[in-house]
Parts: sequence; structure tokens; C-alpha cells
Amino acid sequence: MQKKRSTFLFSMLCFGLAFLYVPIFILIIYSFNYSKLVPIWGGWSTRWYTKLFESPEVWEAVMLSLKIAFVNACFATLLGSLAGLALVRFGRFKGRTLFSGMISAPLVMPEVITGLSLLLLFITLSQLIGWPSARGFTTITIAHITFSMAYVAVIIQSRLSGMDESLEDAALDLGAKPFRVLLDITLPILAPGMLAGWLLAFTLSLDDLVIASFVTGPGSNTLPILIYSRIRLGLRPDINALATIMIVTVAIGVLLAAWIMWRQDKQRQRDRKLAAGDSLKHDLDD
Amino acid sequence: MEDTASQPSTRLQQLGRTLQSSWRSVVVGLPFFWLLLFFLIPFAIVLKISFAESLIASPPFSTLLQWGEDGALNLRILFDNFKFLAEDELYLNTYLNSLKVALISTIWCLLIGYPIAYAIVRSDPATKNVLLMLIILPFWTSFLLRVYAWMGLLADQGTINSFLIWLGIIDEPIRLLYSQFAVYIGIVYSYLPFMILPLYANMEKLDMSLHEAASDLGAKPITTFLTVTLPLTLPGIVAGSLLVFIPATGEYVIPDLLGGGNVLMIGNVLFNEFNSNHDWPVASAVAIVLLIVLVAPMMLYQRMQSRESAAH
Repeated sequence: MQKKRSTFLFSMLCFGLAFLYVPIFILIIYSFNYSKLVPIWGGWSTRWYTKLFESPEVWEAVMLSLKIAFVNACFATLLGSLAGLALVRFGRFKGRTLFSGMISAPLVMPEVITGLSLLLLFITLSQLIGWPSARGFTTITIAHITFSMAYVAVIIQSRLSGMDESLEDAALDLGAKPFRVLLDITLPILAPGMLAGWLLAFTLSLDDLVIASFVTGPGSNTLPILIYSRIRLGLRPDINALATIMIVTVAIGVLLAAWIMWRQDKQRQRDRKLAAGDSLKHDLDD
Repeated sequence: MEDTASQPSTRLQQLGRTLQSSWRSVVVGLPFFWLLLFFLIPFAIVLKISFAESLIASPPFSTLLQWGEDGALNLRILFDNFKFLAEDELYLNTYLNSLKVALISTIWCLLIGYPIAYAIVRSDPATKNVLLMLIILPFWTSFLLRVYAWMGLLADQGTINSFLIWLGIIDEPIRLLYSQFAVYIGIVYSYLPFMILPLYANMEKLDMSLHEAASDLGAKPITTFLTVTLPLTLPGIVAGSLLVFIPATGEYVIPDLLGGGNVLMIGNVLFNEFNSNHDWPVASAVAIVLLIVLVAPMMLYQRMQSRESAAH
């Protein structure tokens, strides 16, 4: 009986992974198709990659998306970390309930609603105070920061609540000034969380289509907007090539980050073992 | 969360208090002000416009506050847009269809995701990390491109049809793309990791000895599953289901690309009402009604999250 069940679990696992990965592999294979019609195989070729790099439109969209993602990630990490710090370490303060509601609402809000409401805000503002005079880089970045900071705040919150408070206690005991403690102890402990938050914010921004479509203006096409406008009309071999480049880049990045984190973890465990061994030796010497 | 926040050690409260003077207000103030301006006020604007009247003007809606002929300030709140939504069958059907599609997709995600999460929890530590990585990896790659991958698979001359013809199962391509079926596939595919991860997090905390106890005492596997495993994993099931159901209801990209206008979902109606028909008041009313429909699951999810972090 036990065996039968694990066979079932194993086959579900294989099915699940195949379901997740086979479509992506087929997409990648067809990016090397010579034929102009995506689904009909016409032999191996890299001509869609060459064609892709010749298009200035694609380059512009890539640059705009990267610029937005970078600025967004920096601001979202700053604001999200402050919000997480406030929620975990400040106890009760005026407006806390509203604050924690506002910070977590963007996580579950349907994108169409967020997009529509921000666009209406920008239009209202431009009528009232003349800003923003045109929609594009600034408005998309603001919209992205608003939902990205919520994700950063969640990461920081979980990191802070799992953190050993005795370190800060000890530093204060030894007479360190609170500000020093914040800089020398709290911040280094938060740093991995902030890095993870930064990366997540960066990816979320690169990925967003719906919100950006609402708050963008003429001439400001982010990469997802450009891709979307092309694939709405059907399959395109150059998009397969672009998709392959993006997917491979992200996969390498994520795997590299995971590997680095895994190695640091190993190192830490080794250090701890060594330290434990040392103290044991001291005890024995005594 | 309330609990951990309200009782940090006294020294840390001191730390907080010392920072209070200027730092505290900056730390809270900056994100607070940002969210007020770019999250709360935009909603107030949507709510306001949903009560206005559509006009051919710039901006294309009437103002709520108007100076009457007698010189008094009149507040004009119109429920016309909401009445319009309630009376037009198109909108009602679209809301119902969105909920139906989201619900069925959520059930499919659960049926596929549950055994996968369970299999990951049961595997040995080294394999576990690799499997988790494989589940998370698609989450980092572009959502739009993953939907696009299915366009290639489901097209009339796409991979699935060619394969079935090659096998001799069918003679002519069957219509897969631009159908409700394609939308289900797209949603289940895109949101499956959102189901698996909360389930995994929940199952990992489970005490497997309960299982062994149940089977030692002679319970059949199916009985063990129904009376022990299922009730214990209920929090994971609810969290995962909400994470799929809520965004799926308001989904725009998947019905548009894989449904091709044959599948009406509320996200698309809102988008078109705003961008093609330029009817801002109706689009705003559609958004408000969608929000009302989703407010219960959204609050449930938030409550679960805060209980989760309180348990930390």
C-alpha cells in the first residue's frame, strides 16, 4: 500500500514538473526554427536572433524596462524596509492598522484595479497641479514602487520577526548607542532580506504588463508592452528568440544566486561547527 | 503580528523610543505618505468617478460637487452606473463567468498541486531543495512569456495538434486556442506554484509521527488521509486557494491571449470599457464591484497572514 502511494506521488511529481517545463522547452526549440511560421518546422537557424538585435524598438524597450526596474527596486527596497521595520519593531503607533492594511493590500489587489486607480490619480494630478505632464518612465516607476514595496515589506517583516533580539540586547548592554546598534547590528542582519527584496522588486517590475499598460503614455513601451502588442496578433518567431534570451538569463541568475546562498550557508555551518569545537576544547583545557 | 509587535523586549522598546524623536517619524512617515498618496487616494478617486456621469469632455465624467442655480453647493451622487451594471446581462454574466473560471482553475491547481507538495515534503533533504528550486524558478521568469508558450502549443498548427495528427488520433486540428479550455490551462499553468508553495510551507511543519501512529493503529491510508492529513493541511489549502482564486478572478492577460475574445472575464471588460469605450464612470463602477466581490477572500487571506506571522 505504502509503495503504491509513493508511486502515485512520484508520477504526480513528474507530471507536474513536465507540465511546468515542457512548454518552455518547446518555446525555446522553436526559437531556432528557420520557418517564418512558428509551428511549422523548417530546419535549425539562428536568424531570428540576428533579426531581433537589428530592431531598435526592442533595444529601446529593453533599456526602458531595465531603467524602470532598477530605480523601482532601489526605492521599493528603501520604503519596504522602513515599513517592515516600523511594523515589527515600533509596537503600537497611531494609524498602525491602516498602515499594515495599506502595505499588504497591493499583494492581493487585482492588477486591473491598481492600474486603473493609479492612472486616474495621475490624470487628476496633472489637471490640478500640472504634474505629471506626460506619462511614461516616471509614472510607471511610481506605480511599480507602490506594489513592489509591499513584497519587500513582507520579506523584511519575516526576517525581523525570526531574528535573534539578544544580539541587539547585548550591544545595548555593552553600552552601544541605539543608532550604532541599528547601523552595526540590525542592518547587517537585514541585508540578505533587503537583497532578496531588491531582486524580487526588480523582477516584478520587469514582468509587469497590466499596470504599466494603464499608466504609460504614447511612445513609452516597456518590454512586456512591446511583446504583448506583437503576440496579440499571433505567434512570432522573433518573440520566441527574445523569450529564450530572457528565460535563459533569468534562469542563470536565479541558479547562481541560489548556489551562492547555498555555499554561504555551508560555510556558516562549518564555522559554527569549528567554533563549537573550539569552545569544547577550552572547556576541556580548563 | 499584533502580538509580536506589542511585546518586544523592554530594551528594544527603549531602542524604539530613543529613535522616536526624529527617526521614528521618518521611518513610518515615508512609506505611510507614499501609500496614502499612491494607494489610498487613487481608490478614493475611482470611487468618486464611479458615482459620476459619463460625459463627452475632458475629463469624460461629471463632477460630484456642483454649484446649483440657487447658489448652493449640491452633492450629486449617481447610482446610474451600478444600476447599469446590474441590469445589463453582459456584466452579470461576465462576473459569474470570472468567478466560475477562477473557482474551477483553483480546484485544478489544488488537485495537481497537493500531491506535488506532498511528494516534495516526503523527499530527502537534498532532493527537496532541488525540487523547490524547480517549482520556484518559473515564478521568476516572465509571466507573459509563459502564457505565450501555450499559444504555440495550443494553436491550430501547434505542437499538440501536430502531435495528435502524427499519432493518427485525429485527422484535422481541433480548436484548442481561443477557447475557455485554453484559459483554464493558462491559469492553472501560471498559478500552480502559488498553490504548491503555501501547501509545502504548511505540510513541512506537520508532525509526520501522527501519520505513523494512525497507520500503526491500523487505519487504512485513505482514512489516515481524510482524518489526519487533510484537516491538518487545511490552512495551507485555504492560503494556496486564495492566492490562486483572487488574482485569477481579475485576470486580464490570459483570457485575452488564450481566450481571444471568446472568453469574457471581468478584467477584460474593465480594460476595454476604459481604453476602447472611454467610459470612465462605468469602468470605475466595474472596478468597485470587482473589489466588493473580492473583499471577503482578500480579508480572509490578510487575516491568515497576520495570524501566521503572530505564530512566528
